[in-house]
Amino acid sequence: MKELVVISGKGGTGKTSVVASFAALAPSTVLADCDVDAADLHLILKPDIFSRNEFSGGSMAQILPEGCNGCGTCRKLCRFDAIKVNKGAYRIDPIACEGCGVCSHFCPEKTIEFGPAINGQWFLSETRHGPMAHAKLGIAQENSGKLVTLVRAQAKKLAQERGHELVIIDGSPGIGCPVIASLTGADLVLAVTEPSMSGRHDLQRVTDLAKHFGTPMIVCINKWDINEDMTRLIEQDANQQGVPVVGRIRYDRAVTEAQICGQALVEYTSSGAAKDMRLLWETIAGLLGDSKSAADLHTNR
Amino acid sequence: MPMKIAIASGKGGTGKTTIAANLAHLFSQQGRKVTYLDCDVEAPNGHIFLKPQLTEHSPATTLIPQIDLGRCIHCGKCGRICQFNALLCLPEKVVTFPEMCHACGACLLVCPAEAITEIPREIGSIDQGMAGSIIFARGLLNIGEVMSPPLIRALKSKAEEGEVTIVDAPPGTSCPVIESIRDCDYVVLVTEPTPFGLNDLELAVEVVRALDLSFGVVVNRAGLNDQPMLDFCTEQNILVLAQLPDDRRVAEAYSRGQLICEALPDFKARFFSLMAAMETAILGRQIKSSERSNP
Amino acid sequence: MKIAITAQNPSPENQVDPHFGRAAWLMIYDQEKNEWESIDNSAGVNAARGAGIQAAQKVVDHKAEALITGAIGPNAFKSLSAAGVKIYHGATGTVEDALQAYLEGQLREATTNDAKGGV
Repeated sequence: MKELVVISGKGGTGKTSVVASFAALAPSTVLADCDVDAADLHLILKPDIFSRNEFSGGSMAQILPEGCNGCGTCRKLCRFDAIKVNKGAYRIDPIACEGCGVCSHFCPEKTIEFGPAINGQWFLSETRHGPMAHAKLGIAQENSGKLVTLVRAQAKKLAQERGHELVIIDGSPGIGCPVIASLTGADLVLAVTEPSMSGRHDLQRVTDLAKHFGTPMIVCINKWDINEDMTRLIEQDANQQGVPVVGRIRYDRAVTEAQICGQALVEYTSSGAAKDMRLLWETIAGLLGDSKSAADLHTNR
Repeated sequence: MPMKIAIASGKGGTGKTTIAANLAHLFSQQGRKVTYLDCDVEAPNGHIFLKPQLTEHSPATTLIPQIDLGRCIHCGKCGRICQFNALLCLPEKVVTFPEMCHACGACLLVCPAEAITEIPREIGSIDQGMAGSIIFARGLLNIGEVMSPPLIRALKSKAEEGEVTIVDAPPGTSCPVIESIRDCDYVVLVTEPTPFGLNDLELAVEVVRALDLSFGVVVNRAGLNDQPMLDFCTEQNILVLAQLPDDRRVAEAYSRGQLICEALPDFKARFFSLMAAMETAILGRQIKSSERSNP
Repeated sequence: MKIAITAQNPSPENQVDPHFGRAAWLMIYDQEKNEWESIDNSAGVNAARGAGIQAAQKVVDHKAEALITGAIGPNAFKSLSAAGVKIYHGATGTVEDALQAYLEGQLREATTNDAKGGV
């Protein structure tokens, strides 16, 4: 079983549209929406949820007011400015609370409860293109990396149970906690970028990240014809770093139209950008299926 | 009255940095003292459009425990209190995992032998300089680092605030976004009228409401299918500050790192009305809150 | 000496769990007494970060001197090597098969470069 992670560095480059089309094209796959912070894949795949679970991403403290004598020890010790006082009444700001437990442990009156916080939900679903693991992080909650790891592990489990050969992961933008959680140990990372100065800058950061974690990476340039010179520059950068550019997708309004219709681009049409997408998938399927070319990618790094 | 405005969005790539950089530029052209803070420390891009002269570079650090094995009595208390698995107590030593540490100080407080001190660990850097008359500062998270909130905190406390402070927030709805916007007077949520844009806007609205912040929406790349987005805003009683039309020239200017209000002067008027709408909203909120405190 | 082996179920006839931090069970074999002990690691299965460190703590607490598993992550590797526990990876089949393979010297000791698994 292989894991393909699609990430983007810069947000809004078309990562989820690429994943949705891959889902439609791949013969035997499990999907994992690891962009738990702002998940969108479900809008296209319309999952039918068969398992709904609570997620506890850490602990949280709560002051029991009847025992509190207002000594202020907790406020003095909390490094996250999470203890609020209003007219002598102490309370914990759940959004600021980091879940370290210091206030509870050192409260002289032992009147601060400390226990698991429920801060999200995760789901297992059926979709028209295969089973899917996804999640919703509670509003203003931390630990998205933790939830990403969980979704990824659940997708892997689904693939093992049902004998699917591939897990396609929709990663999140950036290079931080959730991205690291979605790419470490994966077989292949596809970075979707766009030909702009920002796209180029952020792709460099993602390239460094994949190198740092030793995950083989390939690149595709979405809306490549918006700025052809920049596309060539990005391709040059990638070549110099030994990161293969495996596809270009043209700018096409059909991408947005497909999204409005709740379809993957390759379901909506077969011309234009959909054609590019199909070609891109064939290249990647070849890489994933052929262990030799995947090994070549490793040695190129 | 000085104002601090965060530019945020649930979904990435909706034009957050474009709006932020153009606003900073235009406020500064009005003769106001402007600070631009690029809090998208995982993928900062404001410098591409504002082209600052960066003159000051400093490391940003967080604290991690250092164990003095000479003093350690191997009681195991530090390992037990740590909620983040940053310390492992073995029979004869204590192993630390710096990247797991949240710098809460629990280990230090609980240690009965005074064997723990804290030392700084670099997680990123802060660059400062001037972009014309704009004070520019950005954070840059080191590759492989997991936690950006401490860096965002450091960036915000370090930079001098202006009459107008523009905070370019990271995308999403979790910790780094909250750290960036929590102390702002107003939040501009930038979205695009697509199903993804609408879904992520709904999440972003929940976040700003949970933080009890005043906010408005900018619909970027408008024109194809705006009605569901506008219906949502009407239903939720959300102020639409501006609708910027979808225009390939904008994407092209953006790709070259140009400010839209410079490259496409016909967009300038739209930005001015956005600024006016925003200032009116901030003023309205200030009047309301002063009424509340002086009834 | 005691040997820890990751397992999907609490019995030596069951399959080795390919993960360490996120293994369902840890089976501890006591060579002198020829006895098995099973340790529930469901906390690790559900943990997200630091599962390897938590599981390492369990191995150390039970005084095992060797660990047999499928793959190991960097934090678990760091923890176990600091504790002087030898790590053997690439084990497959049942827990008993893995123990046999280890006793016959067929399993490789892990080095820093092998510590890439763990998710």
